[in-house]
Amino acid sequence: MNLPHLPALRRGKPYQSLDSTEVVNHRTGEPMARVSQVNAGIIRKDLAKIADARDALKRFTVEQLIEISARAGEHFLNGELPLGDQGHTQTPDDYVKTLSATSGLPHVMVRRNMAKIHFALTNIRTVLNGLTRGLPLDVIDRGYGEQSGAAVSYYPTANALGLIMPSNSPAVNSLWLPAIALKTPVIIKPGREEPWTPYRLIQAFIAAGAPAEAFGFYPTDHEGSAEVMKLCGRALIFGDAATVEQYRNNPKFSVHGPGFSKILIGDDEIERWPEFIDLMVASIAENGGRSCVNASAVIVPKYAAEIADALAQKLGPVAPTKPDDEGARLSGFANPKMAEFIDAAIEDGLQTPGAEDVTARYRGGPRKVEADGVYLRPTIVHCESIDHPLANKEYLCPYASVVEVPQSEMLGKIGPSLVVTAITKDRAFTEQLLNSALIERLNLGPIPTMKISWDQPHEGNMFEFLYKRRSIDRA
Amino acid sequence: MSTMAPLSPAQAQTQLEEHLHEILQWHFSPETGCPFWLDWAKKNFDPRAEVKSVADLVKFPHFQDEWLRDLQPEVWVPAEFKGRPFNIFETGGTTGMPKQRIGWEDYKTDYSEFSEKISDEHFPRGSAWLMMGPTGPRRLRLAIEHLAHVRGSSCYFIDLDPRFVKKLIGNKQFEVAKQYMEHVVDQAAMILKHRKVSGLFTTPKLLEALAEKVDIYEAGIRGVFCGGTTMLPQYVRFIVEEVLEGRIGFYPTYGNTLMGLAASVPLTKEDNFSITYYAPQPRAILRVVDPSETTKTVEYDQWGRVELTTLTKEFFMPRFLERDEALRRRPRAPYAWDGVAEVRPFGAMEKKIVEGVY
Repeated sequence: MNLPHLPALRRGKPYQSLDSTEVVNHRTGEPMARVSQVNAGIIRKDLAKIADARDALKRFTVEQLIEISARAGEHFLNGELPLGDQGHTQTPDDYVKTLSATSGLPHVMVRRNMAKIHFALTNIRTVLNGLTRGLPLDVIDRGYGEQSGAAVSYYPTANALGLIMPSNSPAVNSLWLPAIALKTPVIIKPGREEPWTPYRLIQAFIAAGAPAEAFGFYPTDHEGSAEVMKLCGRALIFGDAATVEQYRNNPKFSVHGPGFSKILIGDDEIERWPEFIDLMVASIAENGGRSCVNASAVIVPKYAAEIADALAQKLGPVAPTKPDDEGARLSGFANPKMAEFIDAAIEDGLQTPGAEDVTARYRGGPRKVEADGVYLRPTIVHCESIDHPLANKEYLCPYASVVEVPQSEMLGKIGPSLVVTAITKDRAFTEQLLNSALIERLNLGPIPTMKISWDQPHEGNMFEFLYKRRSIDRA
Repeated sequence: MSTMAPLSPAQAQTQLEEHLHEILQWHFSPETGCPFWLDWAKKNFDPRAEVKSVADLVKFPHFQDEWLRDLQPEVWVPAEFKGRPFNIFETGGTTGMPKQRIGWEDYKTDYSEFSEKISDEHFPRGSAWLMMGPTGPRRLRLAIEHLAHVRGSSCYFIDLDPRFVKKLIGNKQFEVAKQYMEHVVDQAAMILKHRKVSGLFTTPKLLEALAEKVDIYEAGIRGVFCGGTTMLPQYVRFIVEEVLEGRIGFYPTYGNTLMGLAASVPLTKEDNFSITYYAPQPRAILRVVDPSETTKTVEYDQWGRVELTTLTKEFFMPRFLERDEALRRRPRAPYAWDGVAEVRPFGAMEKKIVEGVY
């Protein structure tokens, strides 16, 4: 059969462009699909009429859309769904294999990401309850109502949610899923190597009864991405630290960049450090170390060298496997240049005295390996000071620094951190942690950084992003 | 539209050979030629003896466009035209000292001929035109006005200075570039609001921006004549289907100050929005050559670099390598010679080239 072709979806309608790119198997270079590319003018034209797409969602109640989302979750996880406009379909197994082939994620990680997305979709009610702090959902349908005895009214801040998606981790798609139940159309610019997840999610929603008009799928260039960001009213962007900095203070954008997530151990618990090694390993290396909620630093008042060595013993031997190996722990790089860049950046950092790649003792070879794809093996760096260039870095692989900082100085040194797991029972330290403005999500006690709660937003609140409260009175 | 019967390829070749002979005699004879080429012949060879046919044109080296920048315009004045004031035309968006081509009637010839290729339905005779694009010292400004006049029409002008835009983009002042484009488009929208206009000349990007501001069909526009930058198939399709919504005639052209105007054949379904342009032969020849061996043309439907030869009594320019690449296409009625398709900046596949907003 011919190569699948993913068309752009213009308010749900397939559009085959005369420009297309190929998504290729990162190991063999074999094309897996053609993807239509649209110019910025098409996006401008469609977004000028986006209010119609919102109207299509407004015909449903939030309750109905929650039901649709749940059904979409089942279709996404288990369904055979349309793949493009050439008559192809995609089973869950096809999805796993294809995404693995183009992104480098092993099958087992793709399946875990699928499970996360499925969980999010089938628990949208819980998610919305967390985001709205228990707002009766008919308030969103009617625009006004009561919450805890007080009159409330909310209005949408945007006619659509723009999404400039990355290629590195499919689970980030779970961030936009509540938008549909919140009656907000999505305009998705997929990552160049990862059109699969957004496309499958859109098909899952449509199969579940969502109006196709609510979905825009626009593979496009830089100019097109800029239009999505500018015209949607609200947009999620994923990028590096520089991108985050550029958009940080603009309320139209929710920027998702490096998490700089950390594990802190207090003076009171540090003697028990060997008990927490498995938790640290999981926090650093789960999902191939690719998530912003993966720990990238372990900060302790003492025993840094010993902890680094213990982590290195566990992680150093981890090596690439076949993509379908159930024990796979590393993800390949779809773009080998990215692996080269990261490897060179770590090596460059190690040139500054005061840091050692402790994993090198147990790795038995170089960090970057080419084995049916390009991989970066885990790297634990023991830094003598938190001011060392490698002490607070995040890379797209299992990477963490281990550094000693006196407990009294920790909160002054950690910098912004998406997730902090603080292993302490010290009341004063706990209070300081609770008061810190640097921490987005705080785990008190031995909880892996990767564990997030769907009923609590850990990275921006989608409801507050898409709706604003107004004061209201009715005569 | 033209009622002349199209030439056969053999007739076109004969016409071109005769024309080349006449032009070489003109430029390299002391009584009619210009100082530059007479001097060149002394230092190199006499093309009247050496270049017997179009195939012999490869005996000329590539024309160096620096000559148009570094030399005084007078060196290009043919003896026969001595004493007649000339127009000085400058090339598009170059910064620094511009390249200049002088001329008298050539632009009128090209555009009078082009008038026969556009329909009265799209450009009603006597109805006004609007040009929104690079005017200033460019040939295009007078050419468009002449075209309108030939058709009994007048033309409004909105200028866009491409050199300023290039400077802004070079300085990464994208916001200012956008403001400038809006300033240009606002002026055009104003004219369309207050004056009756039915024909429009502009660049694709400006057309798109204008159509986002004004319903140009409702404003009276029935035909758009476009040129200036790359128009790849998907973009052409977007212009035809979504900007002009199939209601307005679209005439894409390829041209510059050095060549004149290469018109395109009307698009058919089979073209899949790939536009092919044909040089105004015999006054100009476009070849698509192998970049590594420029004496040879590439095969049909293959990419190569565009080479231009201009053959008029006012200006002789052999084998100038344009900064463009294109697909070589077969002759297609009414044109009995090769065409160039999907023109884009040379090396566009290797490196991303910013063409700016115009």
